[in-house]
Amino acid sequence: MSFQLFIFYVFAIIMVFAAARVITVRNPVYAAMFLVLTFFTAAAIWMLLEAEFLAVTLVLVYVGAVMVLFLFVVMMLDINVEPLREGFVKYLPVGILVGSIMFLEMVFLLTQRYFPSENFPAPAAKPANYSNTEELGRLLYSDYLFHFEVAALILMVAIVAAIALTMRRRSDTKYQRPGLQVQVKKEDRLRVVSMDTESKS
Amino acid sequence: MFDGLILLIWTLIKIVLIIVPLLIAVAYFTLAERKVIGSMQVRVGPNRVGWCGLLQPFADLFKLLTKEVIVPTNSSRFLFLIAPVLSLAPAFAAWAVIPFSDQLVLADINAGLLYVLAMTSLGVYGVIIAGWASNSKYAFLGSMRSAAQIVAYEIAMGFALIGVLMLSGSLNMREIVLAQGGGIGHWFVVPLFPLAIVYFISGVAETNRAPFDVAEGESEIVAGFHVDYSGMAFAVFFLAEYANMIMISALMTIMFLGGWLSPIDGVGDGFHWFLIKTAFSMFLFLWFRATFPRYRYDQIMRLGWKVFIPVTIVWIAVVGVAVFYGVEPWFDIRDLQTAGQAALEVASGDGS
Amino acid sequence: MDNLHLATPEIFMLFASCAVLVVDLFLKPGQRHMTYWLTQGSLLITLLLTYGQVGDTAGTAFSGAYTVDGMSAVLKSWILLIAIGGFVYTRDYIKDREIANGEYYVLGLFGVMGMMIMTSSNNLLTIYLGLELLALSLYAMVALYRSNADASEAAMKYFVLGALASGMLLYGMSMVYGSTGSLDLATISQALTTSDAGSTGARFGLTFIIVGLAFKLGAVPFHMWVPDVYDGAPTSVTLYISTAPKIAAFAMIIRLLVDGLEVLSSDWTLMFAILAALSLVVGNLLAIAQQNIKRMLAYSTISHVGFLLLGMVAANPEGYSASMFYAITYAFTTLAAFGVLLVLSRNGEEAVMLDDLSGLFRRNALAATVMMVALISLAGVPPLVGFYAKLSVLKAVISAGYVWLAVIAVIMSVVGAFYYLRAIKMMFFDDPVDSSEVPARMDVNATLAVNGLAVVVLGIFPGWIMAVCVRAFAG
Repeated sequence: MSFQLFIFYVFAIIMVFAAARVITVRNPVYAAMFLVLTFFTAAAIWMLLEAEFLAVTLVLVYVGAVMVLFLFVVMMLDINVEPLREGFVKYLPVGILVGSIMFLEMVFLLTQRYFPSENFPAPAAKPANYSNTEELGRLLYSDYLFHFEVAALILMVAIVAAIALTMRRRSDTKYQRPGLQVQVKKEDRLRVVSMDTESKS
Repeated sequence: MFDGLILLIWTLIKIVLIIVPLLIAVAYFTLAERKVIGSMQVRVGPNRVGWCGLLQPFADLFKLLTKEVIVPTNSSRFLFLIAPVLSLAPAFAAWAVIPFSDQLVLADINAGLLYVLAMTSLGVYGVIIAGWASNSKYAFLGSMRSAAQIVAYEIAMGFALIGVLMLSGSLNMREIVLAQGGGIGHWFVVPLFPLAIVYFISGVAETNRAPFDVAEGESEIVAGFHVDYSGMAFAVFFLAEYANMIMISALMTIMFLGGWLSPIDGVGDGFHWFLIKTAFSMFLFLWFRATFPRYRYDQIMRLGWKVFIPVTIVWIAVVGVAVFYGVEPWFDIRDLQTAGQAALEVASGDGS
Repeated sequence: MDNLHLATPEIFMLFASCAVLVVDLFLKPGQRHMTYWLTQGSLLITLLLTYGQVGDTAGTAFSGAYTVDGMSAVLKSWILLIAIGGFVYTRDYIKDREIANGEYYVLGLFGVMGMMIMTSSNNLLTIYLGLELLALSLYAMVALYRSNADASEAAMKYFVLGALASGMLLYGMSMVYGSTGSLDLATISQALTTSDAGSTGARFGLTFIIVGLAFKLGAVPFHMWVPDVYDGAPTSVTLYISTAPKIAAFAMIIRLLVDGLEVLSSDWTLMFAILAALSLVVGNLLAIAQQNIKRMLAYSTISHVGFLLLGMVAANPEGYSASMFYAITYAFTTLAAFGVLLVLSRNGEEAVMLDDLSGLFRRNALAATVMMVALISLAGVPPLVGFYAKLSVLKAVISAGYVWLAVIAVIMSVVGAFYYLRAIKMMFFDDPVDSSEVPARMDVNATLAVNGLAVVVLGIFPGWIMAVCVRAFAG
């Protein structure tokens, strides 16, 4: 077993364990944290595949931004997961049955007979100065320009939809208007009342 | 086998060589902070421990080490204890790709900049988990504020760095520095001035420093996310915060201030310039803290989303156009691949 | 960038949509009609640009990701035409319900854009992205009616099931990609023809692709979202979902299964035969039981999807062109039916129950007549266009040797005629529950009249569209 393979198995075991914990752990915050761990180890495995750009982007986008917002929501909502788990034991046999059938089917289809490894040779080793990021960028802006643009459009639709669905003008919100605040003059706020002095007695 | 072992040991030694000076820098940065702010407020600052207070950081350290780490009841014990580590580890890990000088770098990787961005974006976990695990409303408020703030400013920060990428044509930190060769006028801070400003301010916000320190907000939410931490655990948060500040300063130096390059082309490039420039950026952090009042929370959000992001997008477009037309002397990077070529370009640019 | 001019309609549409989005930002509430006119204007210009491509223009652009051929230009023109008509009908409805924000129109435009991309795709990735663009716009449009709980529920269901379907589709596509080594449809087809190595993997993927497609189309047994979404969504959005996207879905089937995987047609025809038979039976039988007209039309849609798939079962150009004709005519016939429903749903009332239709002839003769024409056409009674559509599909199926399917289809059409005729009877012979007049704007009336007339005239002279459809698959 080469060192690389050893590293792969370490990460793979951690990843499977973390992924399983995501759905079995009771506390949603822990579940989100295990998901973070899953992403992180997935990134490490991608790194082993020499896909350094994708690996770093996975960490940057999913771990660094998406999951932070996810945790944000999970922490704020205080979800009670107990009702979600009702009937877990009852449906477990069915789930195991369906799952194992699917697993067997996949194994049957994906084993050597139909996806022979000679059809998918390992790519030749790249020279040391080969930049995965640069190549991806070049492809993305030439051959896959159309897809890139459409994907951007989809994200824009998502933004438009999210804003349209959540933004509402509430009549009872109060705003500070600094522009008006600084224009306030003494006369607007202060009333000088002249009155006779009062004696102490 | 032996080769691998030697490589491993050598790497570990290099890591220690980076971490130990970093820790010392953090220690004396805290002292510098107190001294600088003290002199700005016409006070003396700590001057009792050691000569002129030079041993003060160690006194603080021993005090924190000997204090008890209290784990609050009803807190989530595991997360509570792992949170400080989660905030410290990325702060240190990011240093792996920082080039201190032309040769002095632990890992000279291709996607160095992306790696740094990814690592710095992980730091937020320490903050949110600390806030949540403490099971206290002040800590929780602090962590929520911090999460929203960091996510908002990370975008502006990333956009600001896109300008750097466009001019240097590389994600490798060393090449980014080399692309700025040719004297002070060619540092990216000149052509990318708005981006540099946005980057540095975002960096201040990312590290939750004044005037963006709503996550701690001593006067509103006591001490924010680390209100329930004491002793060593608190010290680790403290360490992470200062390490991050130094990190942001170092990145500012590399991205915009020409790294280890001297202001005059070719005269005495070296590690000392990196130190001087980083120290200058670190000083700015302290200066901000002594000068500005804390932002209100909604103002922070407005600044991030409605000011910085549009500014960066506009400037990226400007840079794009300028690069396309090869506007001299900064944007003519068409065949700039190596530092040697850059130097040639600059020489001919200056002559004309 | 080679052949960029081929994509002129999409490029124009993109800029126009963004312009609408920005202009709308600066409009005062009273000027909202500007958004409407801008939307219609951009659709119209795109239609003209697209129509200019009908005929000889063919080729690919964007490194083969995008294609223009006989089929795409025709289908895109129809999609745009139907979208224009749809926006005419929906204008007052959405204004009454205060969902007529700029976002509604912009999402509508982006949805049309998605359909156009699906129609013009030449690549697995393009198909998927176009589909997602359309789907995302639709989810948001359903949910836009925020004051209505049903709409939110429908949006949620639509979103969850739609995401599941997208997942299936994507999984299938990844299997096809894995076994053929290409995203390009022509290359996939070639790889499957020349070597047998990848065909099992591709078959594996094909199954998932078909499940995904069936979900998106609403074919039985993947139909459960259709009635809920049709019923829960605001009628304007139901109109949008049930018309032009069906044409785009047809285009997607052709792209994926004919352009890409036609070598495997022996596998997918059987799957389609089962889906079609089930859809015909379940759709028509359940439609009878409905009291809610939107649900009735939903089940009717399911049965028509069955017919659409029937043409695909033939797996020859004759069948494809019959299906194409069916998709086009179905879209504009349904457009008329929902247009009438929108006319009825005025002043905050919703016309959702069958009873709301009763005595419609006395309240608004034009609307009742158009509704009648549309329903008779959907039932497949000669001489209307629906009859000819059904006839050509059946002809293709029988000549391909699936007589049993044709028999099921005919029997179920007869069963289906019952509920269409029941609605017509209510409109013309029952007493109205509420005898107030149903006014409609001038432009809505005109569009309804043209739409109804098209159903009649194209039924009598179907040759023109049929010729276009045949030519689309002649090459």
